[in-house]
Amino acid sequence: MTKLTSVSALEALREDILSRRDPKKTKVSVCSGTGCRAYDSEKVIDSLKAKLLDQGLNDKIDLVTTGCHGFCELGPVMVVYPEGISYFKIKPDDIDDIINETLSQGKVVDRLLYVDPEGNVITKEHDIPFYKHQNRVVFGSNQSIDPENIDDYLALDGYKALATCIGSLSPEEVLEIVKKAKLRGRGGGGFPAGQKWEATRNAPGDVKYVIVNADEGDPGAYMDRSILEGNPHSVLEGLLIGAYAIGCQKGFIYIRQEYPLAVEHLDRAISQMRELGLLGENILGTGFNFDIIVHRGAGAFVSGESSALMSSIEGKVGEPRPKYIRTSISGIHGCPSDLNNVETWANVPIIINKGADWFTSIGTEGSKGTKIFSLVGKVNNTGLVEVPMGMKLHDIIFKIGGGIRDGKKFKAVQTGGPSGGVIPEDMLDLPVDFDALDKVGSMMGSGGMIVMDEDTCMVDVAKYFLEFLADESCGKCVPCREGITQMLHILRMICAGEGKPGDLELLEEIAAMTKECSLCALGQSAPNPVLSSLKYFHAEYEAHVNEQCCPAHVCKDLITYHIDPAKCKGCGKCLRNCAVGAISGSKKEPHVIDLEKCTKCDTCFLVCPPKFSAVTKLSGKEEL
Amino acid sequence: MSQISVTINGEHIQAEEGMTILEAARGAGIFIPTLCHHEQLESYGSCRLCVVEIGTGERKKVVASCLYHISEGLVVETETEKINGFRRTILNLLMHRWDNIPAILLEKYGAKSNERFIDNMTYCILCGLCVRFCHEVKGANVLGFIGRGTIRQVVIFPNQSAKYCASSCPDEMECLHYCPTGVISSQYYGSRPADGQALPHAAPVCINEDLNILEVLERVGHV
Repeated sequence: MTKLTSVSALEALREDILSRRDPKKTKVSVCSGTGCRAYDSEKVIDSLKAKLLDQGLNDKIDLVTTGCHGFCELGPVMVVYPEGISYFKIKPDDIDDIINETLSQGKVVDRLLYVDPEGNVITKEHDIPFYKHQNRVVFGSNQSIDPENIDDYLALDGYKALATCIGSLSPEEVLEIVKKAKLRGRGGGGFPAGQKWEATRNAPGDVKYVIVNADEGDPGAYMDRSILEGNPHSVLEGLLIGAYAIGCQKGFIYIRQEYPLAVEHLDRAISQMRELGLLGENILGTGFNFDIIVHRGAGAFVSGESSALMSSIEGKVGEPRPKYIRTSISGIHGCPSDLNNVETWANVPIIINKGADWFTSIGTEGSKGTKIFSLVGKVNNTGLVEVPMGMKLHDIIFKIGGGIRDGKKFKAVQTGGPSGGVIPEDMLDLPVDFDALDKVGSMMGSGGMIVMDEDTCMVDVAKYFLEFLADESCGKCVPCREGITQMLHILRMICAGEGKPGDLELLEEIAAMTKECSLCALGQSAPNPVLSSLKYFHAEYEAHVNEQCCPAHVCKDLITYHIDPAKCKGCGKCLRNCAVGAISGSKKEPHVIDLEKCTKCDTCFLVCPPKFSAVTKLSGKEEL
Repeated sequence: MSQISVTINGEHIQAEEGMTILEAARGAGIFIPTLCHHEQLESYGSCRLCVVEIGTGERKKVVASCLYHISEGLVVETETEKINGFRRTILNLLMHRWDNIPAILLEKYGAKSNERFIDNMTYCILCGLCVRFCHEVKGANVLGFIGRGTIRQVVIFPNQSAKYCASSCPDEMECLHYCPTGVISSQYYGSRPADGQALPHAAPVCINEDLNILEVLERVGHV
């Protein structure tokens, strides 16, 4: 690749790439993101590649190995363009049919199509409810891009926004656009990105830094990972634009070592940029100099906190520092440092290309644009979904997510990861944006959305998140370290049936102190899972404490297993599967569980044929 | 440095610009409790006993006075019901790591141990005074933290100890005098732990044992 020395050279390269591409040509896009890889998508791709070559079709058909398409539930995912035929759960054995039917004759392979819960077969991607209700501004181009090939990004107007900024706009003008777009940080707090940039720009000092926070760590959240794996250049372009607006020559990307594919794609993208002269000195002949250092984090959750992240980049222990002076004024090595999350940066080139007015036309009064959520848990369609801010929780979970698995009842949705809270059913009409979630005691966080059904115990959920935080707290300040320790201890006692009157008040007392007195955002938000579940599911806590009853039948110490003699047909399945020999009974006679021997492993409950459903769990007053 | 005026507990006070709230308050004879603060060392902000409320009305917020720098016209309250409640909770929690917290503090804030709390009586409140003294004053880095979250603890790094203890502190282990709980001096006052030995409050895993740092890390699951 020759270095591009001017904006017009970049445009000439783009023309050249586009002139070699035929939009009518058949293109097969196969997901090779981490989710689909877990379903062996690489074997599918290898097989497809080899067979296209064998049959001499490799010139007639473009095969694009892409990052995440979003519908991870049904991976490996494939889309055939220009028709937009979507295939799911593809196995290497399906490749012959795909080639012989679809790619050679334009026929659809029915068995690989999406079938909705009502049994309707849907051929085209944009007709599938999961995709239809989304607005994939940031994430949509993933399926047209081979993340290892910069040409694909350039073909989609890649680095055009950068060229516009450094070629014809002043840094102040760029800053104004981002401020006008009212872009808010997608990493957690939702702080206005433009204001943050401006504070860093105006802070005294010659050396300033821009940083990408790619230390995504909320359990179940993986949107930043998928952007970096699937479209790394979008983040890099945003970072360069920010650097230009703020006045930085050096940037850092703080990425988790546990994201090997994202690191690989990022490293490759950066070296491609260097080869093209999009990094280094005098970028596109405009006199703008910028370079990037990739810093791999060692996996501490707290390092996603801005001051801890900066300590870690400095080579120190990733522990938060008091932030009464903002990092935008004094960050890495005391220099003004602007930190934004992956998704925030990825929004920047789009805002420049399409304009602030276009961006503010999407979303709500206080939250503009779209947000990507990791929709996981007991929902039918798990995956990554991008929706306009302000979409109702109900629509995300039921229209896009396809409702609750196995016909169960919705109980709660947890947003914002360990720092967020649970939201009950009567709040499903809540429009999802930064302020609305805050108001109900949860938060947007980085976009984790864990759906829970009726079989979930909310006390157990609070305990789970505190266990996570007890491990991940840095341990520096007393409110977080000791507060979490004791709240967790109390929750463990409650779940073990050792709860006592006063425990809930005690939890509230510690939570209130931890929330206000902790040193960093981790501690300040750590009580949220406890406080929000106490607020909306108080009766469930009370049942645990006062009646030693777990209404959801989750807490092992509070439940017993029982075989209903009226329903048991004596098929012997539970008896054969019980690992401790706790079940007895003759063939075709009702079986009985010896509670002395029973270890509550749940096996009998799971193996009892649904047509009998004779094994039940009992708790509290339900006990026989 | 120029003088600026701040209001603490309704009292107008002149203080030097650049001071923390804690310095300004103590300069004016106003008591704010601390456990991890030492004039000789950088503020650290771990015990959070020094929290105070700043601002007025809707904009009131809780900050750590040892870290928050004063500005002209700042309004500070050091003993509100809310703040004293927080201090009581903090002391209640700490009592399960250190059961001889000075009675004067416990009485002032009405703190008492709670039978619902789990005991973790290490006698070390992880204030980091010994660690910071060794680092900031002696430049020796013999002491440090290992572990994260609830298993964080103070340890002595054997290689550093062999290298620096004798030259940095020729007469006695000076860090002992910085320990607010007295856990170091209670067992080791005036005597130097042998090389490779952890400080007693790094209990339970490394007390009185000859360990090298790799073994220490191994024991707490860090290798």
